[in-house]
Amino acid sequence: MRRYQPLAILAAVVIAVQLLVRAAGAVYYLTQATMAAYYCLVTVGLCLLMGYAGQISLGQAGFFAIGGYASAVLTTLNLSAAAGSPAAGFLTRLGVLVERQDLYDHRLLSFAPWAALVAAVLATGLVAVAIGLPVIRLTGHYLAMATLGFGLIVFRVVLGTRFLGEADGISGVPPLPLLGMQVTGGLKHRIEGYYIAWALVLAGMVLAVNLVNSRVGRALRSIHGGEEAANTVGVNTTRYKLATFVLSAVFAGVAGVFLSHYNGGIGPSEAASMKSVRYVAIVAVGGMDNLWGTLIAGALLNFISLRGYLGSYDDAFFAGILILVMLFFPDGLLRPRWLKKGSP
Amino acid sequence: MPFDQILQYFLAGITEGAIYAVIAIGFNIIYNTTGIINFAQGEFLVLGGMIAVTLSAILPLPLAIVLAVAATMAVGALVDLVFIRWLASPSVLRLVVITIGVSILLREGMLHVWDEKVRALRNFTGSEISSVRLLGAYIAPQALWVLGIAAVIVVALALFFRFTLMGRAMRACAANRTAARLCGINTRWMVTLSFCLSAGIGALAGCALSPLTQTQYDMGAPLAIKGFTVAILGGLGNSMAAVAAGLILGLLEVFSISLLPLAYKDAVSLAVLLIVLFLRPGGLFGRLEAQRLKEF
Repeated sequence: MRRYQPLAILAAVVIAVQLLVRAAGAVYYLTQATMAAYYCLVTVGLCLLMGYAGQISLGQAGFFAIGGYASAVLTTLNLSAAAGSPAAGFLTRLGVLVERQDLYDHRLLSFAPWAALVAAVLATGLVAVAIGLPVIRLTGHYLAMATLGFGLIVFRVVLGTRFLGEADGISGVPPLPLLGMQVTGGLKHRIEGYYIAWALVLAGMVLAVNLVNSRVGRALRSIHGGEEAANTVGVNTTRYKLATFVLSAVFAGVAGVFLSHYNGGIGPSEAASMKSVRYVAIVAVGGMDNLWGTLIAGALLNFISLRGYLGSYDDAFFAGILILVMLFFPDGLLRPRWLKKGSP
Repeated sequence: MPFDQILQYFLAGITEGAIYAVIAIGFNIIYNTTGIINFAQGEFLVLGGMIAVTLSAILPLPLAIVLAVAATMAVGALVDLVFIRWLASPSVLRLVVITIGVSILLREGMLHVWDEKVRALRNFTGSEISSVRLLGAYIAPQALWVLGIAAVIVVALALFFRFTLMGRAMRACAANRTAARLCGINTRWMVTLSFCLSAGIGALAGCALSPLTQTQYDMGAPLAIKGFTVAILGGLGNSMAAVAAGLILGLLEVFSISLLPLAYKDAVSLAVLLIVLFLRPGGLFGRLEAQRLKEF
């Protein structure tokens, strides 16, 4: 049961923050706190891969973008031309296709956000399997360069493809309805958006904490400790590494879907390799195999960055902390004992 | 495709390929002495180009280039002295992440020293519109300079590693560091020297490239990734194979433009990188086992 204590603390902190900013009359902080939550989800997934399975990925922004772009494209696609066809009618009755009005009052028939969510997560997972199968056999700088190369390909494709909006990205992504609430950037929905985001992070943490404390987690740690040794005691290292790779990609893809609904759009900067480096930096600050450290580092650093406190030194700041952590704390920065109780 | 058009593509391809080969050799020099892939290799090209552009406003062009190369070599040495040298038996992952961090710091530093504007060094000879006719195709004099400088770099390095004491010491350091140290070679300075050397040839290539493709603070990463693709394609650490691989990638890229949109040009070489990594991580010409015996 002790592993669930920090989860309760997280929930309490999330509520306390909302009450605090309300009391302080600074509700606008919630917008960045919401966006930071989605980036945290990416880093929690990457923490499983880097810290526990011991595999670096410099391509997480690519998976984030695949999820975000897939749902953005599907929800803004205009299928009005096919509205009369029996297939469209059938899908509309199922709720897969919905009709809505866009910003300019045009009638638009496109995929419902929930259907797009499912499709986007599936797409991210499939790409992760396809890329992961060969990539996960690589080690060291081959692995680093291959994942970086994958991220750069996604960036180039997004930037050079007409129907993905090229440099402008995609805008006009509708809200994502969820349990009577909505994920959208509108001020009316700011508080519920904040709670949805952190509830998602909480769910991700429950999954991650349980995973690392299970048979799978022990197998992953044995891979990190020494892959050949793990193999000899019967751990199918390739399968576990691949599964973790795909899981971390799905975390990133889900975050991409939700954030593009929240922002009402997505642009190529989300796929930039600097974003991937930033996620790695956050996991390094968080202590590599420290889920809670990664969460704290992710929430604080992303919030600082999103508020714009770093100005034009944003990228330099993340590169700087990455270098400092790697020079002086190669096992990660946040590693106090009290933090590691939940994950022995 | 008519012959003169093919020739035109071919000339463009080998010009780009020559630059990729020089970048790949820069990777190889550092990899051979240290086992590190220096992700900041592309930034050396940009830095060299930027310094030369600034200096050429007040100095004659050849002097500006010489000083730019020297300054970039000093930066290369600093990278080793500050970030690499004092680490005790660091893991590959740690070094990869550190050099990535260094590349971003260099890039952001250049953004703040210069700005995001595109700059260009003036042509070494002739102007932007002058061209040389070659069997029905046209080639810019600057492209000939690029090819010539790349050839000189390759030959000079080969001679350096074969016939000079320092070059031989570096090869010894690459083959077996402990044995080299036992022979009285200061292996730490050999590492610093390798950073100097690859920063220097990077800067020189950056200067030669600048009149053709311009210089901008953020063009280092794409160049580095292509240089790395070439280094892998030729077999990591093998500089002569890197020349052949560079030309192959340059040609592949240029001919891909006739099939795919220009915007995907970079994606093509990245796809080549991934395919080679997956199918033949030892390179086209080598085997992974043979590669452990590092040779320049």
